[in-house]
Amino acid sequence: MKLNDEEKSMLAGEQGHVAKQAIEHQIQVGRFFGAADFVPVTQAHIMADTESLGEAGVVWLENLANAGERGVRVPTITDPRGTDFTKAEKLGQAEWMLSLERRAINAFRRLGVSMTDTCINYQTVVAATRGEHVAFGDTGVVIYTNSIGGAKSNFEGGPSALAAGITGRTPRYGYHLESHRQATVRIQLEWTPRELSDWGALGAIIGRICGNYWQVPVVDGFDRFPTSDEIKHFGAAMASFGSTALFHLVGITPEAHSLSAVGGDRLPIGHRLGEEDIRRLKKSYAADKTIDLVVFSAPQLSLYELRDLAGLCQGRTFKRPLLVTTSPQVKPDADRFGYTETIEGAGGTVLTGMCFYQSYAREMSEANGWRRLATNSAKLVNILGGYGYVPMLASMTDCVDAAETGELK
Amino acid sequence: MTLLKARHAMGSKVTGTALVANDGFSARYDLDRINGVFSRPTHKLAGRSYVDRILILDTAKGGVATAWMLHEMKARNMAPMAIVLNSVNTILAQGAAMAGMTMLAGFEVDVTQSIADGATVELDPETGNMRVVSG
Repeated sequence: MKLNDEEKSMLAGEQGHVAKQAIEHQIQVGRFFGAADFVPVTQAHIMADTESLGEAGVVWLENLANAGERGVRVPTITDPRGTDFTKAEKLGQAEWMLSLERRAINAFRRLGVSMTDTCINYQTVVAATRGEHVAFGDTGVVIYTNSIGGAKSNFEGGPSALAAGITGRTPRYGYHLESHRQATVRIQLEWTPRELSDWGALGAIIGRICGNYWQVPVVDGFDRFPTSDEIKHFGAAMASFGSTALFHLVGITPEAHSLSAVGGDRLPIGHRLGEEDIRRLKKSYAADKTIDLVVFSAPQLSLYELRDLAGLCQGRTFKRPLLVTTSPQVKPDADRFGYTETIEGAGGTVLTGMCFYQSYAREMSEANGWRRLATNSAKLVNILGGYGYVPMLASMTDCVDAAETGELK
Repeated sequence: MTLLKARHAMGSKVTGTALVANDGFSARYDLDRINGVFSRPTHKLAGRSYVDRILILDTAKGGVATAWMLHEMKARNMAPMAIVLNSVNTILAQGAAMAGMTMLAGFEVDVTQSIADGATVELDPETGNMRVVSG
């Protein structure tokens, strides 16, 4: 890779051990993908729950922080943590999990990282703008940022996102290059989803069609402009099912003002998708009528989703736990507007700064006897099978009904 | 003798037993990392141990957690020896770099159809070559 004077200085250790270690990691990854050079980034976003880090990852972070050197050079924020400390006991989380979380948080703070603890930073912190190069973790954040914002990011895992925050740059490969942003798969839509779980199911189907990180779908045929929350579920599911990092919606997303603008006119229509495809995907997860709990998470809920959920919870009494996650930026407003009180008045629990699957989901299942789970998140149903759950995908309305009756329609 | 050449390679030279399937890979989605086995019921390797195996799979799947998890698994000696993929994503490559794990990706042929499950294979990241030693 071609390095400028500052990058050579970092590699030589002139800017400290931490910067040297960070840029060495980035060069190894950059060479693997044939990056020609680095590109400066304006912000970084780190996925770093301690279930993923483990003791080894936390010690690694602490060693970086203990160097006492300059930390991050650009604004660097965090994805959800592995707990909401105020509700950990209710979740059945053990003290060792909380201890690891505290240690990781302490290390991040000493490195200058801002603990935003959110996977919807594009709705709650600062959205990246078209053409802006960033180093974001959390696949849902990356796909939204690339596709809706028109900004440029690869999936940056925790160590690489932290390295980008420390060096202020990332290797120029993948979706930082215009050549990778053209469409490779053309999809014609024959039915526009109506509610969030349908949007997630559509994203899941397209993700499966794409199949790997380097495929870029272009989708035409929407009969209206989707909302931010609809696209959030659509993109998060697509990224989860397909490891997809960028999509184009003709006439909607910024790089696809026309089909030809993203090369879609040179592709045959590979797939036509309609309501029946979405129903089939959802039905494939309908394993059982009875449920143990309801979860709204993955991604964290926006203020508007919490508003809708509170409206559905009004006057209800839940038989089953109903867990909701949101970001620390949204929670105070949900409190002020009475949404939290309404949801919790029905027996639900609003969790802050965490996401369900990033919070020791297997251990929570074992501690609480949770197995059959209803959610409106297609991303969550895709993830939780490996954690021993039987996840089922349904609308927000049907999930709330299930919390009240114990049965999913 | 089967010899395949990868477009992308990192890590050190290793020889080991191949665990092969035409399926995806995500440490978060697919594994019981405590017991070292594939746990997603629908995965083609469900129930099988990946510890010290050379994993040969189709593509990287899912989220970003694998970038940390390979490092965590290796620290407990509960990791694959190496990972070989037809198509890699950025996360798997970053995770292998963090963990110091050998990785090869990108071949002219479908690598999951070219190597038999249980074969002994040698990976040489310096040349990008994967060679079947036996099986």
